[in-house]
Amino acid sequence: MMRDPFRAICDDDLERRWIWISLIMAFVMGGLLGLYAVASNIHPPSNVETIDSTRLHLSDEFAEENLGVKENADGSLTVTMVAARYGFYPPVIEVPANTPVKFRVASADVLHGFHVPFTNAATMVVPGYISEVNTAFPREGEYSFLCNEYCGLGHDSMWSRLVVVPKSAETTAGNSARGNNS
Amino acid sequence: MSYARAASLGLANMWVAFAAFAVAALLGLYQVVVRIDLVPALKSPELYFGSVSTHGVLMGFVLTTFFIVGFGYYTATTSLKQEIWNKPLAWFGFWACLTGVVLAAVPLLTGNASVLYTFYPPLMAHPSFYIGAALLVVGSWVWCLEMVVMMAIWKKAHPGETVPLAMYGTTANAILWFMTSLGVASEVLFQLIPWSLGIIDTVDVGLARTLFSWTLHAIVYFWLFPAYIALYTLVPKAAGGKLFSDQMGRFAFIMLLVFSIPIAFHHLYMDPFQAAGWKFLHMAGTFMVAVPTLITGFTVIASLEVAGRMRGGRGLFGWIGALPWKNPLVLAAILSMLMLVFGGFGGVINASYSMNTMVHNTQWVTGHFHLIFAGTSVIMYFAVAYYLWPKMTGKALYSTRIANAQLWLWFIGMLILTLPWHQLGIAGQPRRISSTPYDESFVQSWLTSEMLMIVGGVVLFLSALMMVYVLLRTHGVGQPADNLEVEYAESLHVTARMPHLMNSFGFWVMLVVVYMLASYGYPIAQFFILETHGALPWSI
Repeated sequence: MMRDPFRAICDDDLERRWIWISLIMAFVMGGLLGLYAVASNIHPPSNVETIDSTRLHLSDEFAEENLGVKENADGSLTVTMVAARYGFYPPVIEVPANTPVKFRVASADVLHGFHVPFTNAATMVVPGYISEVNTAFPREGEYSFLCNEYCGLGHDSMWSRLVVVPKSAETTAGNSARGNNS
Repeated sequence: MSYARAASLGLANMWVAFAAFAVAALLGLYQVVVRIDLVPALKSPELYFGSVSTHGVLMGFVLTTFFIVGFGYYTATTSLKQEIWNKPLAWFGFWACLTGVVLAAVPLLTGNASVLYTFYPPLMAHPSFYIGAALLVVGSWVWCLEMVVMMAIWKKAHPGETVPLAMYGTTANAILWFMTSLGVASEVLFQLIPWSLGIIDTVDVGLARTLFSWTLHAIVYFWLFPAYIALYTLVPKAAGGKLFSDQMGRFAFIMLLVFSIPIAFHHLYMDPFQAAGWKFLHMAGTFMVAVPTLITGFTVIASLEVAGRMRGGRGLFGWIGALPWKNPLVLAAILSMLMLVFGGFGGVINASYSMNTMVHNTQWVTGHFHLIFAGTSVIMYFAVAYYLWPKMTGKALYSTRIANAQLWLWFIGMLILTLPWHQLGIAGQPRRISSTPYDESFVQSWLTSEMLMIVGGVVLFLSALMMVYVLLRTHGVGQPADNLEVEYAESLHVTARMPHLMNSFGFWVMLVVVYMLASYGYPIAQFFILETHGALPWSI
């Protein structure tokens, strides 16, 4: 049998057994979480994309008239938003349930958070960078976008509305979202 | 061999620590009360965020740094039985740190640095805040140097002998702190100070946050280290037993040193400027850093069991009742480890690459770090202070009864405060809010937990007052203490000759440097490769 490599640093049998148990626990926990994330393709927002936050209004994507919900050719949605003290723009977002949604968010000023509680739609919004979150909302209802990063004295009141409508109402959702753009 | 102990250095540092703690505890009480608009007349975001910033700086930077430095000097002299190397330099470090605190306190208290203790550019504070913070960090490097030199001097004078475990741990922490504080020091010296003085126009927030993360995770191990040192070297003796294994203590300290710095991207999981692969790599390391804590749990509980059995405890659990529960060090050790169990559970969720999304920046996180830091670590600071005050002042502890009651209240208050915070986080409550102007459905579902939070805050504040009262009375009117010796635990398993690697740090430091280059090299370099856009300063 192979000699226990921890014998060099530890002469107690019980304790060596515990080192192995600790290592196995760490590997199993980390391994399961890692496998789960990779297998179900769940990754934190990590797109590494830069933008000049002082010139958002001059960019194509984040100019005011281009914000909001857009339907892509494959039926998924892209939602473009700006976080600025103290709100998310456009202020109401409506999307159908069970539809892939890609949020693209940029800050016009300082650091913000972006979180829809009870869902995994969450990211930091960092000036100078674009945040991208891919998700889908299985349950209909009214949700809130909350800013969860301190952004100044008005931070508490920085939140806005997300409405998840039935999937069948997809076309209307698209229309009303386009309505929000103006 | 006679030697002068560092009693006045220890006391001066620790008094600054606990004075800061008392002020910060009062601010904490104010925060739990106003946070849910309980007293509308008190409502003021200016006051609240000024208070949160000050609470964070005082607890996270001042209490910790000064306590650790003071404890380190005292541990070094008493465990090595050797004088402080270059005493004037040690005092210079103390005054540099204190000057830093004063420079930072002025803008904090006048509302000109309400940017939280995490700095958060592009919010900009008064330059004096950043300069003060830098001075505190640089001043603490004096202590790092002192510890490394003192260990080297001892080893030279005692060839072939094993460095006492307490000093080995203290030196590990000094090296850890120096290497991990380089991140925040670079952010402050190269980005925030020049920017706040108008020398540069913009800061790259991605770079600033990456540098801060370099410090942000291992700093919690810097805070935790003295608790572990006390658990390994003071508690077994106070319990009337022996340390189960000296080598496991060294092994745990080395693992903390190697694995706590290069793994900090779990603080940046939700940040868009680092790629997923780096985050995944850091997650793997984050789970490795759980190993030394699991080992510590085993060794400390085993040591307590040895003590319980030596005191006549029998049966599977009988030894627990046989422990000296009325000894503050033993009581604090047990309560500290209980809080570590709860906090560790939450920590696994935070460290998870996928689950973190649900709790990131919610009140859950505040609950987590209060349990681990204010709970597990700080309750041991209290117990160490109760143990060392008589040794440093020469006066007996004013009241062991009040001290024990204080520790119990701290434990109970911390659970009442933090367990509901975890619930609030899962129910979506953001951290760092001064009021809750959200949907009625949210606000209603948060109410019970928020009421509990206030109860917890009041209990903790009472406990904090009792703590400072006992120290003041001990120092002021205490009777002469009967035992001035710091008694370090002997090890049950005695090692004739410690392997070189477990009696030195050179190899481990090189390993950290290599690991850091691998895990932070490109993530930092990318900001100089990509075309990035800096952020202009914003006032709060």
